[in-house]
Amino acid sequence: MVDRADPTVTVRPPRATVGVVGWLRTNLFDGPWNTILTVFALVLLASIVPPTVDWVFLDAVWGAVGADVCKAAAGACWAFLHEKYRLILFGRYPFDEQWRPLLGVVLLIVMLALSCSRANWKLWLGVLWVGGLALFGTLMWGGVFGLAYVETSLWGGLPLTLILSVFGVVVAFPLSILLALGRRSEMPVVRAFSVAYIELIRGVPLISLLFMASFMLPLFLPSGVNLNALLRAQVAIILFTAAYLAEVIRGGLQAIPAGQYEAARALGLGYWRMTGNIILPQAIRLVIPPIVNTFIGMFKDTSLVAIVSLTDLLLATRQAISDPEWRAYFVEGYVFIAVIYFCFCFFMSRYSLYLERELETGHRR
Amino acid sequence: MTEVAPRRGAAPSPPDTAKRWMIEMVSVHKWFGDFHVLKDINLNVDRGERVVVCGPSGSGKSTLIRCINRLEDYQRGRIIVDGIELTNDLKNVDAIRREVGIVFQHFNLFPHLTVIDNLMLAPVWVRKMPRAEARDLAMTYLERVRIPEQADKYPGQLSGGQQQRVAIARSLCMNPKIMLFDEPTSALDPEMIKEVLDVMVNLAADGMTMLCVTHEMGFARTVADRMIFMDEGEIIEAAAPEKFFSNPRNERTQLFLSQILEH
Repeated sequence: MVDRADPTVTVRPPRATVGVVGWLRTNLFDGPWNTILTVFALVLLASIVPPTVDWVFLDAVWGAVGADVCKAAAGACWAFLHEKYRLILFGRYPFDEQWRPLLGVVLLIVMLALSCSRANWKLWLGVLWVGGLALFGTLMWGGVFGLAYVETSLWGGLPLTLILSVFGVVVAFPLSILLALGRRSEMPVVRAFSVAYIELIRGVPLISLLFMASFMLPLFLPSGVNLNALLRAQVAIILFTAAYLAEVIRGGLQAIPAGQYEAARALGLGYWRMTGNIILPQAIRLVIPPIVNTFIGMFKDTSLVAIVSLTDLLLATRQAISDPEWRAYFVEGYVFIAVIYFCFCFFMSRYSLYLERELETGHRR
Repeated sequence: MTEVAPRRGAAPSPPDTAKRWMIEMVSVHKWFGDFHVLKDINLNVDRGERVVVCGPSGSGKSTLIRCINRLEDYQRGRIIVDGIELTNDLKNVDAIRREVGIVFQHFNLFPHLTVIDNLMLAPVWVRKMPRAEARDLAMTYLERVRIPEQADKYPGQLSGGQQQRVAIARSLCMNPKIMLFDEPTSALDPEMIKEVLDVMVNLAADGMTMLCVTHEMGFARTVADRMIFMDEGEIIEAAAPEKFFSNPRNERTQLFLSQILEH
């Protein structure tokens, strides 16, 4: 027991448990096993970090120099990126017009950033998206306002990856909600359709869906109808993502207690009101982590469109390293796009944590 | 079957003419699978009458009141609420639900909405009331259940008693003609039971038609016009509280009362 005779004396914790020393003791040197692990980790870091720093910074070749300079250097050849970054970022989009996809990407990122804050979830944001996407399309396609027309087969790089992802999310999300509701519907036909859709699409690899959309679909369409290749891949990605997402959302729906449905129905709310105002807001909040998980997976899966000859970020990079002069520097190229992919994915994962906290409304009962 | 006649003769009417009861249940049967939950329930509730339903757990009392706003369906018999017969027609069901409020054992507040939004939801979306008007209405009822200061909190931040009072206010916002209570105090800590019962007593004093499943016999004594005892899906006994508590006729009723009143 603490001596309470003098209330003015504050009892402090033992020195060894607070401050830097305390932290080190409890976290790094807490017993022999822990100490061994700490030493091992330090040795590992010592052998990895300095060479990496040397390769990335100290021995690296920077600036606009030729491949011959890189050959002499021991470090990374960032000159390769200097030479090829526009090909990687924008693919085969006409070189002199590449300010257009750049502006488009900036526009998309600004709109995504604005959509992040819950305070902005108002009508104007929807209007902004409609206007923004129209502007984005105008920039990419051109053909008006004196902009040269650029067909979608020339689109590539980061804008293509972002298009596939953003439209994937925006269209697949509502579709998946309908599918999840359909699977729990009391109407047999609706339920059967939803189950069949989800199971069929989930049971097939995305690659085969992309192949089907690209090569088989045109066989079934009447001659003369020529669906755009980008659109076909986009549809495949949407259908695929929606099937996965539907199951995630169904998981959330199942976690909602029957009492919530009963209370909503007892107040006279109809099915759609009940679903939209009571059930979905709670269900979706519960499954934010797996939803974001699905989106992150989808974002990276967009790189599979390379097999149907769409020049996404990954295929553009492979085209860049196919240049015989720079062939040796593929690592630099892949590191570059890995950093880009990582930035987007890491942001999504942090955002999901923020959103969870933001939508927390005290203890559930 | 026991004859279940209303005690209140406030509006004397000849028994042979078609009287418009607030709730009329005619020979209602319900099964859960093979299990016969409700057996030939006949019950008429008069306007402004307060009926307390008691009985051992599993006796079908919650199921009985949940049939009245169609949270449960039934396989045989008829239920007529304020002149509207419950049918499979969703329009009828919705019409009845607008007139019948229900308070649940576990409150069933919407945890993602603030208290005031919980209250405004149905008036705004079901009654199509302008938001400002709905807000005023909601505040009026929050004051009536004596927690207007909690309007902007979330249900999870309130005590159980406060949550149940919010739930009562939420039902009242729809201006119901009938209030159903399904063991409203059973999930509460003992010190919070009184604040909820006080609200219900006030409601009764205002002349609300109430059908209440509860084990609070003190409350039943003060408020009920009629006690109903159920066991194994049947209405065993129905009587005025004085008679019901002092001189129960059926031995199952006697046994039940001796079990719950002993301590």
